[in-house]
Order: sequence, then structure tokens, then C-alpha cells
Amino acid sequence: MASVFEQTIARNERIEPRDEMPDAYRATLVRQIAQHAHSEIIGMQPEGNWISRAPSLRRKLVLLAKVQDEAGHGLYLYSAAETLGVSRDELDEMLRTGRQKYSSIFNYPTLTYADVGTIGWLVDGAAICNQVPLCRTSYGPYGRAMIRICKEESFHQRQGYELLMTMMGGTDAQRAMVQESVDRFWWPALMMFGPPDDDSPNTAQSMAWGIKRNTNDELRQKFVDMTVPQAKALGVTLPDPDLVWNEERGAHDFGQPDWEEFWQVVKGNGPCNAQRLAHRRRAHDEGAWVREAASAYAARSQHD
Amino acid sequence: MTEHDEARPRAGWPLYEVFVRGKRGLNHVHVGSLHAADDQMALRHARDVYTRRNEGVSIWVVRSAAIVASSPDEKDSFFEPSGDKVYRHPTFYDIPDDVPHM
Ligand SMILES: [Fe+2]
Ligand SMILES: [Fe+2]
Repeated sequence: MASVFEQTIARNERIEPRDEMPDAYRATLVRQIAQHAHSEIIGMQPEGNWISRAPSLRRKLVLLAKVQDEAGHGLYLYSAAETLGVSRDELDEMLRTGRQKYSSIFNYPTLTYADVGTIGWLVDGAAICNQVPLCRTSYGPYGRAMIRICKEESFHQRQGYELLMTMMGGTDAQRAMVQESVDRFWWPALMMFGPPDDDSPNTAQSMAWGIKRNTNDELRQKFVDMTVPQAKALGVTLPDPDLVWNEERGAHDFGQPDWEEFWQVVKGNGPCNAQRLAHRRRAHDEGAWVREAASAYAARSQHD
Repeated sequence: MTEHDEARPRAGWPLYEVFVRGKRGLNHVHVGSLHAADDQMALRHARDVYTRRNEGVSIWVVRSAAIVASSPDEKDSFFEPSGDKVYRHPTFYDIPDDVPHM
């Protein structure tokens, strides 16, 4: 006979924190939600790099608000992960010690200010493609966190696209800067959907459990199809000679990212892996006195 | 007990559950949780994390450990008393269609 868990999944209903669930379901969720939360937290760094050098007060306000949102996304997701019985401190430590991963896209540097726009357009755009179906994921707290996040992501993508549109309306040098940035981020953005389906052994189980709703390749295709007309409207080219509309499939054919590079970055050998983790550890260590002071203040006011 | 099982390890600051009233006339609704050193910090952080876009006009925070909840294991027996009381629903009563305003 099917377990209560299996029946709930079969009815397409949500699993809630104190329901019985298979250990492997719980472990998969902890890993996925934690990785997602860590990505939001580390994801603040590449863009944070440009806050102090944003070209106007308006751009600085927008970028600050965007980076703050990413901190909030990390917190929504840590909150969801904690309902599975893992503590915030453990999760944070696993990030700092490299035992849990974050999205590889954040191991690429932001070399020019155009990268702020490209990240909003392509990186947040790819994140939206990944995240919208996750609003219907089978684990209740994860789905609810994703709904909050998706509501905020649209601002992220639009501010990035608008930034690039403004630069494309500027000088030749600014247009070249946008194109160079898009050339650098296009392939890493495609990698954000994970390895090809043939090379993604856990996808079938995650889909059976309703954690994932689409395969990596389905989502990658959706992203390409959405992005091509946006690139055209912007006036940039996407750096893929194989990218072409396939009338028969009603979708774009496109080339494969360099998967060897992908695995190298996952293993820690990307351009910024060491820098990102070192920065996170330093921020944690330098914040210790603030946490201690707050704890001491809380303890004292409790006794008063 | 809440969504966050008390048996889990709990180092650091206590966990608070956050409830937000979206606008006047609505109930406070659970939106998530956060850690804080004390009640005041929990409220401030709840504002920063959960109401960055005017999502609320009022916030409650309560320590997760202070919430008492029914257990899912009791589901059947705990909620059983209301299961067979169909007469509590308006559809239990047959009224001719031509009787107005019922
Ligand atoms: Fe985000
Ligand atoms: Fe974002």
C-alpha cells in the first residue's frame, strides 16, 4: 500500500514540515534549498562590487535595493530549509567551509558596469525561468518562499534590461561595453540550468517527488526562446553561431556551453570561487562583535 | 511545536515566527521566520525582511518555541468530531429553488 507521503504526492498536494517523509526526500530538499539560499547570499557580491561606483544616485539606489532583495531571498530560503530540521548556523557554516555549493554563475567576475545590467537581464532572467515552476514544488515552505521571491525578481530583470537599453542609446564605447558583457555572460547563464538531462542522474527522482517540475534542458530551451527577441530589441547579438530558429520544432536550436568549464567551476576552479568564499568568511568574522554585542544587550535587558 | 521542530539543534539566537497584516481589515498571516537576539530586533528584522514593499501595516513576532500546535499524527482523531456533522453546512437543507433570498 502507498504511504501517506506517496498518496499526498500523487494527489499533487503539498508536504508540510511535520509530515512523515522519506529521508532521501528530506536530504534532497535540504541540499537544494540550502544551495539556493547560499546562491542568493553569495550572489550579492558580484553586483555589490559596483554599488560604490554606480554612475548616478538613481542607479545606486536601484542597485542597493536589488542587492538587499537578494539578501532577503537568502533569508526566506534559510527559513524554509530550517523547517526540515537543519539549523541556520549549520547551513551558514556549510557555506563558509565549502561543504555546500552555490550557483556557479557567481564565480564569474563583474569587470564592467554593463555587467550589472547583464546580470539583471540574463542571470535574474534565467533564475526566473528556474524559479517560476518551483512555486509549485511539493514541499510547502519551499514553494511559499519561491512565490515571494518570484514577485520580486521581475524588478531585478527589468532594471537590468533598462540599464542596458540606456547604455545602448549612448556612445559607441558604451554599446561595445554592453556587447562585450553579453558575450561573457551568455554561456555561464545557460549553464545555470545545470548539466544536460543525460548527465543529470537525480532529475528523475526529483521530478517523481514533485520537487522539480521541469528538466534542465526544458528550462534552458525556454530561456533561450524568451531571450532571443529581447536581445534583438536591445540590439545585441548572442555569441552562438548555432543559434537559429527551427520552424519544425517551433523553438530555437542552439549550441552547448562548455561543460568541461562548468564542472571545473563547480569543483572550485572558477575565476572567483576563492574570492567569493574568502569574502563571505571575512564578513562573518568581522560581524562577530556585532552578534556578541546584540546577544549581551538582549541578555541584559531580559534581567532588567 | 511549530513548523520548526523543537528537537532540532538550536545554537545561536532564538527563532521567531513572523505574521503580517497586509492591510486594515485582514488577519495577520504567517509569512516565515527569522532569528533575532530579542523581541525588538525580531520586529525590526521582520520589517526589513518581509515588508520591503509595503506588504504590511502590522507585524507580530512570536518565539517559535511558544507556539502550541496540533500534531499531524493526530490528524484523523483530532479533527474527526467535525467530520460527520454535515448538518452544520447550509447545503444539508433542501429548500425549493423558488424560495427567494435563501
Ligand atoms: Fe534572488
Ligand atoms: Fe534577483
